[in-house]
Amino acid sequence: MITLSHYLALGAILFIIGMFGVLTRRNAIGILMSIELMLNAVNLNFVAFSRYLPPGALTGQVFAIFVITVAAAEAAVGLAIVLGLFRNFRTVNVDEINLMKW
Amino acid sequence: MFEFIIIMLVKIAVVFGALLLTVAYLTWLERKVIGDIQVRLGPMRVGYHGLLQPIADGLKLLFKEDIIPAEADRTVYLLAPLVAIIPALISFAVIPFGSQVKILGRTIDLYITDVNIGILFIFAVASLGVYGIVLAGWSSNNKYSLLGAMRSSAQMISYELSMGLSIVGVLMMAQSLSLVQIVKAQSVVWFILLQPVGFLIYLICAVAETNRAPFDLPEAETELVAGFHVEYSSMKFALFFLAEYANIVTVSALATTLFLGGWQGPLLPPVAWFLLKVFAFIFLFVWLRATLPRFRYDQLMGFGWKVLLPVSLANILVTGLIMAWR
Amino acid sequence: MELGLFIVLALVAMASAIAVIIQRNPVYSALYLILTFLSLAGLYLQLQAQFIAAIQVIVYAGAIMVLFLFVIMLLDLRKEEQRAVKGGYQLLIGLLLAAILLGELGLVFGGGVLKGVPGEFSPEKVSALGNTQVVGRLLFTDFLLPFELTSVILLVAIVGAIVLAKRRLD
Repeated sequence: MITLSHYLALGAILFIIGMFGVLTRRNAIGILMSIELMLNAVNLNFVAFSRYLPPGALTGQVFAIFVITVAAAEAAVGLAIVLGLFRNFRTVNVDEINLMKW
Repeated sequence: MFEFIIIMLVKIAVVFGALLLTVAYLTWLERKVIGDIQVRLGPMRVGYHGLLQPIADGLKLLFKEDIIPAEADRTVYLLAPLVAIIPALISFAVIPFGSQVKILGRTIDLYITDVNIGILFIFAVASLGVYGIVLAGWSSNNKYSLLGAMRSSAQMISYELSMGLSIVGVLMMAQSLSLVQIVKAQSVVWFILLQPVGFLIYLICAVAETNRAPFDLPEAETELVAGFHVEYSSMKFALFFLAEYANIVTVSALATTLFLGGWQGPLLPPVAWFLLKVFAFIFLFVWLRATLPRFRYDQLMGFGWKVLLPVSLANILVTGLIMAWR
Repeated sequence: MELGLFIVLALVAMASAIAVIIQRNPVYSALYLILTFLSLAGLYLQLQAQFIAAIQVIVYAGAIMVLFLFVIMLLDLRKEEQRAVKGGYQLLIGLLLAAILLGELGLVFGGGVLKGVPGEFSPEKVSALGNTQVVGRLLFTDFLLPFELTSVILLVAIVGAIVLAKRRLD
């Protein structure tokens, strides 16, 4: 018997893997992919809530659609920024892009 | 339960057997039709009028040497043909090819499954098909194949958009995403008459999605050698070939289902009508290849984004207005 | 049966999510991310959210990840020389924050404070009407304003992406 907790646990683990990736990846594209992972973990929670918690309100699924839309917009803008970075620095390693750091 | 599984397995075996056979003989049909259009005979040697040619070709490909380029990414290189062929075959699972028949006292529906998001299922599966091409192009470590893969991914994403929007009008009129329901909604009048603009856009996008002439830039022989599958040989090449032709059959069947009333028609049995309509579309595909020259890449992208997309959006708007007004 | 399917999908999702983080080759990272998305789509099907599952595959796997692969190929990113994940204090902070968050989430979920108000769409009603129809009705009635606002977000994203990625003519 699968309960809400199963899905929430999986969502939490995926979110944490994504967060860990955002904090520690060197590659800017890797960071963007980790953000997508976090958004997906959130989506899983939304859909699980809409199935189990208030039985019958599909609000969670509607919000999952909004999250997917925002994720698409984020990916487009994020990748455009990475392209711009690469054009100026010839690298996507975020440690080497330190012109504004001292 | 047991009976259900047996019926399912038989249906799946019959549908995929027929699909693979159609795909094999599609290559023969294409060579014959193009030969006829160019006033020559086409394959004549193997069997009566070259009828055994596809089998000979298949055997030849099986026995060819299987080459993996030294600098290729082995895992992805081996994975790519599978990623190309599986989506091409799997989307046939939701296409209805006839009404019910009675065999041994049991009524059997002539479709493998009827899911209530049928058309979305096909689009989801089709959107995965592009990975086969992208991965093949990248893993071969060859500049021609990489260029072919980049072109194809941009082309397929652009035209998938217009393709999805072109059928929204049909979905609005049928009030369902299930392909079985869409066929039933056309029992009075086919959607090609109610949605002529949508049909035209779908047709153009279908040709672009399957990478066929005049939109065959990803494998343009004269500039890219053969595009994404330059480095592939033997059975792996055959899988890409099969995937391309299976995609043609799938988009033809989908066009039949969405716009031409599916299996419905007078006199002839439903399955015959379905096959007849699908083959009419396949013939159109071959005809286009024999007639039209290839687009330039900027023309292709400009046409997709600046013409097809606005027209398909306008089509949805007009359909909605008319439906609200009536 | 159901639980077994859940366990398989969850394990695939977690394993491929970890692979996304530790892979040095960006193309492999992207491929593992696609695998994560596909297994999540399977989980959505199990949660009777067929529309979300289809959208997940079409938008995430079919469009967003193709865009990622496109950029990776365009920049010709090879395998990274160093480990994909940074070491040192950043790794420590990452692990620490992950542990804290996991603990917090565990507290919340273990406390059993999650309750909700039953809505009008019971599972039986949804399966009678069809998942897509119900979600669509909600989108165009109760959530019309947020729905319209997402179109503004998308428009801004389109303009932003073009402005950022466009080569300046000089």
